[in-house]
Amino acid sequence: MPDAIEARQLDVGYGGRQAAVKVLSGLDLTVAAGSLLSILGPSGCGKSTLLRVVADLLDPLGGSISVLGETPHTVRSRRDVGFVFQDSTLLPWRTVLDNVRLPLGVGQRSLTRKIEDRSTELLELMGLGGLRERLPHQLSGGQRQRVAIARALIGEPKLLLMDEPFGALDEITRDRLNDELLALWRRTGTTILFVTHSIAEAAYLGERVIVLAANPGRVVKDLDMRPFKQEGNRCKREDPSIVAAMADLRTALERAS
Amino acid sequence: MRQAPLSPQMAIALPALGAASILIAWQYLLPLLGVPAYIVPTPTAIFGVFQRNFALLIDNLRPTLIEALAGFVIGNLAAVLLAVLFVHSRILQAAYFPIVLFFNTIPILALSPIIILIFGIGMTPKIVIAAVICFFPTLVNMIRGLDSAGDNEHELFRVLSATRSEIFWGLRLPRALPMLFSSLRIASATAIIGAIVGEWIGSDKGLGALIIQATFNYQSDRLYAAIVLSSSLSIALFCIVVLIERRVIRY
Repeated sequence: MPDAIEARQLDVGYGGRQAAVKVLSGLDLTVAAGSLLSILGPSGCGKSTLLRVVADLLDPLGGSISVLGETPHTVRSRRDVGFVFQDSTLLPWRTVLDNVRLPLGVGQRSLTRKIEDRSTELLELMGLGGLRERLPHQLSGGQRQRVAIARALIGEPKLLLMDEPFGALDEITRDRLNDELLALWRRTGTTILFVTHSIAEAAYLGERVIVLAANPGRVVKDLDMRPFKQEGNRCKREDPSIVAAMADLRTALERAS
Repeated sequence: MRQAPLSPQMAIALPALGAASILIAWQYLLPLLGVPAYIVPTPTAIFGVFQRNFALLIDNLRPTLIEALAGFVIGNLAAVLLAVLFVHSRILQAAYFPIVLFFNTIPILALSPIIILIFGIGMTPKIVIAAVICFFPTLVNMIRGLDSAGDNEHELFRVLSATRSEIFWGLRLPRALPMLFSSLRIASATAIIGAIVGEWIGSDKGLGALIIQATFNYQSDRLYAAIVLSSSLSIALFCIVVLIERRVIRY
């Protein structure tokens, strides 16, 4: 099984190859298939940019990147990646059900496999069964992100990219969604890249946490969280080992900022 | 401190009372103040025209309604189509949008004689004037509306490998609808202004022609009745647009 992501000397920037502002510079990163990686870093360090390169929303300026052993473009057109944005990006004129079903009606021409309509099952799974006919403005922030996750999962992606998906939620809702995400990850085995700027969230979710520094973005800390956790990436937020790992991450993040 | 909102009953009753108080003042106060009836006729005199000359009013309402409606449909449709073309071709937009904006600065009253020179008398020039007057606000609003989807929304469709037409129907058009309807609401009033202005310049039929004739003949009650009818027509068209808007936009 190929690695989910293999990036070598990756340069990413804006403004063309010459006078480019580099956002990521010489980034090396390997992410094993099926793992859950938290990406932590200060604003402007290129966390979101990295996800956008993986999702084929942005071309790198230099270096190489392969996703699931292929080019990002191939993987995107096969619908093997799901993307969850910070603001849920639900279409306000579509009901919950129709938002979740959006991937079934769009971009079918480039698809080689048939995507099944698992919307009912996914809505139940995300606890949205009773809200199918609601419009996005009738939902709470947490419910909206659940819809966005269900939409990202409907194509059964092998790779789920999450760009600070719970950043705008209150702490209780965020903790609950963290647990739901972990349960989902255990069930599906999907590789997840989770961008956040919360140390606690990164440590609780990740099997591994990388810290990026800004100007230009690069990996300054790569922490394997498995020694701090029990079997299956399980832990309690207040476990002393997790608290110790968080202190370690905080030091790295402070240096990176 | 903000005042508490009115109850629903009061919200309806107060404007009705306000209108009634002004009508009563108009009816009884103005004659007392010595304002002659050929300048400001009383509400009952205007109402009398609706009773006596109903057929005349309806005969003149019909062409104005047809011209305004046809102009409204043609002008807005042309604006929407051109906006779609512009947002899909930045080159065309860069080349022609400034020219379109320049034409928009020509006052409609200055443009109308030219349109009548080109299209003669009859309904066509009035329809063209009404269409031109609807065209510009809708074009500008529609371009802005079609471009109003956020970066994340475009990225969402890109991740799904959506085609240009899927992005148009699934994202750009629904995003543009609220702005389209806000310009349609404006156009519902301006289309009627366009038709009436056209009738002023060269017509013997329509509410515009009736307004001109009544003015020159000092038939002020008839003039005021024509004004009431024009304004009712605007209100009716506006209400139709709002009703359609409420059905289309539910969020």
